[in-house]
Amino acid sequence: MRAVITVVGKDMVGILAKISNECAAHNINVLEVTQSILQDMFAMIMMVEISSSDIPFTQFADTLEKTGDEMNLSIHVMHEDIFNAMHTI
Amino acid sequence: MLNARDILETITMIQDENLDVRTITMGISLLDCCHSDSDVMCQKVYDKITKCAKNLVVTGEQIEKEFGIPIINKRISITPAAMILASTDDKDAVKLAKTLDRAAKECGVNFLGGFSALVHKGFGPGDKELIAAIPRALSETDFLCSSVNIGSTKTGINMDAVGMMGKVVRETAELTADRGCIGPAKLVVFCNAPEDNPFMAGAFHGAGEPDRVINVGVSGPGVVRAALAKAGDDIDLTEIADLIKKTAFKITRMGQLVASEASKRLDVPFGIVDLSLAPTPAVGDSVAYILEEMGLESCGCHGTTAALALLNDAVKKGGVMASSHVGGLSGAFIPVTEDAGMIAAAKCGSLSITKLEAMTAVCSVGLDMINIPGDTPADVISAIIADEAAIGMVNSKTTAVRVIPAIGKDVGDELSFGGLLGSGPVMPVSKYSPSKFIARGGRIPAPMQSLKN
Repeated sequence: MRAVITVVGKDMVGILAKISNECAAHNINVLEVTQSILQDMFAMIMMVEISSSDIPFTQFADTLEKTGDEMNLSIHVMHEDIFNAMHTI
Repeated sequence: MLNARDILETITMIQDENLDVRTITMGISLLDCCHSDSDVMCQKVYDKITKCAKNLVVTGEQIEKEFGIPIINKRISITPAAMILASTDDKDAVKLAKTLDRAAKECGVNFLGGFSALVHKGFGPGDKELIAAIPRALSETDFLCSSVNIGSTKTGINMDAVGMMGKVVRETAELTADRGCIGPAKLVVFCNAPEDNPFMAGAFHGAGEPDRVINVGVSGPGVVRAALAKAGDDIDLTEIADLIKKTAFKITRMGQLVASEASKRLDVPFGIVDLSLAPTPAVGDSVAYILEEMGLESCGCHGTTAALALLNDAVKKGGVMASSHVGGLSGAFIPVTEDAGMIAAAKCGSLSITKLEAMTAVCSVGLDMINIPGDTPADVISAIIADEAAIGMVNSKTTAVRVIPAIGKDVGDELSFGGLLGSGPVMPVSKYSPSKFIARGGRIPAPMQSLKN
């Protein structure tokens, strides 16, 4: 099962490091990363494999959203099926 | 393969444009709860509902979290209560109503619909008792919703029932006058009521439905409006229709995904996705704003019916390919107090009840969530119901009336319900009397359209 992590907010040192550390800590493999910085706004989309995660998906989503609040970033973790359903026939 | 633009589009729809799944509704058949002793029946009803829907709310919340899509309501619909009430000796409908309310609270759902009677051709055992008990049932419960089907294309309109319902709507408002007349906001009078509607207040679980079923209602007026706003003023109406179809497709795909997940996790068969654009009082989440985005100065002006017809048709065409089973009401809703743009249009005088009536001929449902003066006589309410039912009967579509007599208030005053039910101005109704017409009773015969065999 794969999930999509999106991060949007003001650019700062260590965003990518912080998010990938959270993933690694729970045995979640990062498959793909796209990121862009427009002026000082940071936007990142990360595709991760969550099948072998050591915590339930909803708990992982909560953890990352909390991290987002602490860093003043908007972070969403969503099952990839929502995007597949909406954008592929 | 997913691309960044698609991902961001989905997130914008949810975060900024109020995209949500409006409701997951579990339909539960109570036909096996019949018993001549009403205490035994009520216990069976309570046990069955709380057993079947035990995990409904928690499963809905899990799906919400995993897919990142808000699911606003988790609801239950039941077999029309008059059908099971018929089996009891004492026909104590208020006792049944309170039992249903208790079961709804135990399950943690937002609403339970199905305190209903189907009387489009006449009254069966239990029907009159249930209808007479509606005012008390709605004033003494919190989560119960009621509906009565008084007509259909196949049978015509039961004008005796129409006469009764005018009185019932008024009495329900009077009994809940101390709570902002909330009672009639939970009561719908239908013509051609669908048996699989997931939306309140008119949801019930029809006799032809399986034991349990999951129906899902999507939403998304904000997403459609945003898509039209982005497209600008230079596209013609054919292109607008295409854009609405594409947007409705995406919205419905999400509803289908949620419906199949809920069905799988609860081990309950999937019924239908209801392709409705259901507005909320939140700014931007308005059907009226979509019509205004198409180029109307204010919803209710000339051109509104045509714009709404285009919208309603395009929503269905876009949605139908996105779901394996479509049903319920499926169309654009125009509840006045639940739609910021409709409220504004009613306040500034561009939207009248007569225009709303015309609009109901081309969209889903009918005269919905309209505040009328507190001194409106019962037979005027009956006549409003009769007019609306006639539109439904002749056009082979569902129509309904949910008007709220604002007790103690008059045209220009405001009535507020809070939450998704919103608030709105009291709108004027005709001062001339239909009394004699309503008092005649009887049945309006089924139209030629019923003879399709």
